[in-house]
Amino acid sequence: MNAVQCVDICKTYLQGDQEIKALDHVSIDIAEGGFVCLSAPSGGGKTTLLNAIGGLDIPDSGEVYVGGERIDNLSKGDLADLRLAKIGFVFQAYNLIPVLTARENVEFVMQVQGVSANARRQKSMAILQEVGLEGLEDRRPAEMSGGQQQRVAVARAIVSNPELVLADEPTANLDSRTSSELMDLFTELNETHATTFVVATHDKRVMAYAKRLIKMLDGRIVDDIQQKAA
Amino acid sequence: MIFSNVLLVFLISLQFSMYQLMIANTLQTLTGHLQVQAEGYKDEQKMRLVVPDVIALADDIRNVLDLQDVAARGAAFALASSEQRSYGIQVIGVQPEFEARVSSIPGQVTEGRYLQDNDAAEIVIGSVLARNLRAGVGDEITLLGNGRDGSFAANVAIIVGIFSSGAVDLDRSIAEVPLGYFQDTFFMEGAGHQVVIRAPQLSMAGALQAQVAAWLPAETNLEVYDWMELQPGLKQAIQADLSSAFFMYGVLVILVAFSVLNTQLMSVLERTREFGIIMALGLRPGRLGKLVMLETAFMGFVGLAIGALIGYAVTLYFSYNGFSIPGMDQMAAQFNLPDRMYPNPGWLTTFSGPVVVFLFTLLSAAYPALRLHRLRPVEAMRAA
Ligand SMILES: Nc1ncnc2c1ncn2[C@@H]1O[C@H](COP(=O)(O)OP(=O)(O)OP(=O)(O)O)[C@@H](O)[C@H]1O
Ligand SMILES: [Mg+2]
Repeated sequence: MNAVQCVDICKTYLQGDQEIKALDHVSIDIAEGGFVCLSAPSGGGKTTLLNAIGGLDIPDSGEVYVGGERIDNLSKGDLADLRLAKIGFVFQAYNLIPVLTARENVEFVMQVQGVSANARRQKSMAILQEVGLEGLEDRRPAEMSGGQQQRVAVARAIVSNPELVLADEPTANLDSRTSSELMDLFTELNETHATTFVVATHDKRVMAYAKRLIKMLDGRIVDDIQQKAA
Repeated sequence: MIFSNVLLVFLISLQFSMYQLMIANTLQTLTGHLQVQAEGYKDEQKMRLVVPDVIALADDIRNVLDLQDVAARGAAFALASSEQRSYGIQVIGVQPEFEARVSSIPGQVTEGRYLQDNDAAEIVIGSVLARNLRAGVGDEITLLGNGRDGSFAANVAIIVGIFSSGAVDLDRSIAEVPLGYFQDTFFMEGAGHQVVIRAPQLSMAGALQAQVAAWLPAETNLEVYDWMELQPGLKQAIQADLSSAFFMYGVLVILVAFSVLNTQLMSVLERTREFGIIMALGLRPGRLGKLVMLETAFMGFVGLAIGALIGYAVTLYFSYNGFSIPGMDQMAAQFNLPDRMYPNPGWLTTFSGPVVVFLFTLLSAAYPALRLHRLRPVEAMRAA
């Protein structure tokens, strides 16, 4: 079964009286346990595609399936449930909750899921250690660097072992060593838990980790390359 | 919100204490809680609409209710003349032995003494009337009027006491004579006009009324009335005051509701980005809405608790130290109230206002919470 399937999806934005085709008849299948890199120049439609897959945005036309279930016609509430249960998001702009500490941000999803406080604490401390943030657990986003915030966002996305991780430029603010550590973590999760990854990036080194590389331009898929795992 | 709750508690307490006092003071002077009268008498006080054998009836009721606070009366309009002047007054025939149990007037004699003998030619008059008549204790008063059968009635009585009830109307127009003397003077043949009953508590009046009504012999034309029927003006005054007060409270509550609506709407808008993130992470809009409602409910509850507490404290303070409103003297005089009020804090008066405010707070928080359903996470997250 496919983890993600997009059938001929289109999304058009109106900017003034100019139509921008952010997604232009895009169709892709991503297998379970896949590790896909989306690469496109800025404005190429990466974020729009990830949002469509995650049910954050409904495409104007076409169909989207996640884990075999059609999602482009679900209600907002059902979409929220789907994200909560199955999808980990790393947003391009981190989007941490400013009033919560790093650990509370990481625990948030588990809290909504109803995980016990003890289990939450254990898991969040472990994951923060893995992304190299031990000692910063009680800082708020405003007290952390961009790269540190980005790692909190990554920790938040993967902490509850979702089936699908959608990561939008997860390494944009990281130095090469931290970003390769992060990609190692992704790869490990991909292999041990069969978590499906869709990672949007400009970063050539990140692309090298992917099993499959999809290149987009102006809302269309222009290239789809199977790579060997790094 | 807290302030408005405090205000509500205080005002409502003050108001209800005032009503209680108004009722108590008005009824205790003369009216009592219940009266047995001939049908139609309360609307038009005709001499011939009598209660036959009024003293025996009063005795019977005393036994039936097992209540001592029962007294028989007769009442007539008469021209009262002193040596110098004449005034139209109401002459009330009372049982000296029992009158003090249903009326405060016997206790309000400021000069001389109250009536003692049921048949003596004695009279007690109001202080204003005494002044108007230029008469004092020991002077003679001539009473001219019509008897029960419409015939001419006249008699003389000696002033033995002067009372001052505080209610100017009463002090100007009322005189009391012993019931036996009254019956002689007005050819009553043992009849009177009212049996006055005073319940141990105002709240028991209804039950006693039912008891008396059930007991009254059916073939007579006697009726038992409660204070609201006997003093319709009092009830109307309270109702009029209540409705204007509740209009004011309504405006206050609506103002609070709008300010809560505004605050909560602002606080939701301010947190658009956070709410967007939370929903993107997978919190259902409905659940988020509930959280926002809960937040308001909590705030509202704290407001309720603190407001009620402070309101209660303030009211309690004034219940010991008294409170006077400039300009209240007029109303005070009309309803025979003291010019300092001592509001009584009670459960009902403490919580009714704040609870209504709380409910409206919840109601006005519903709108911002419902708005969250329209929030789109992607756009919300982009909001700075
Ligand atoms: N809400 C919006 N309103 C109008 N136009 C939009 C909106 N969101 C995206 N677009 C447009 O859609 C196109 C695709 O945007 P998208 O964010 O998907 O690009 P991207 O590949 O993620 O770019 P970047 O690498 O800069 O993040 C762009 O031309 C962008 O201007
Ligand atoms: Mg983007």
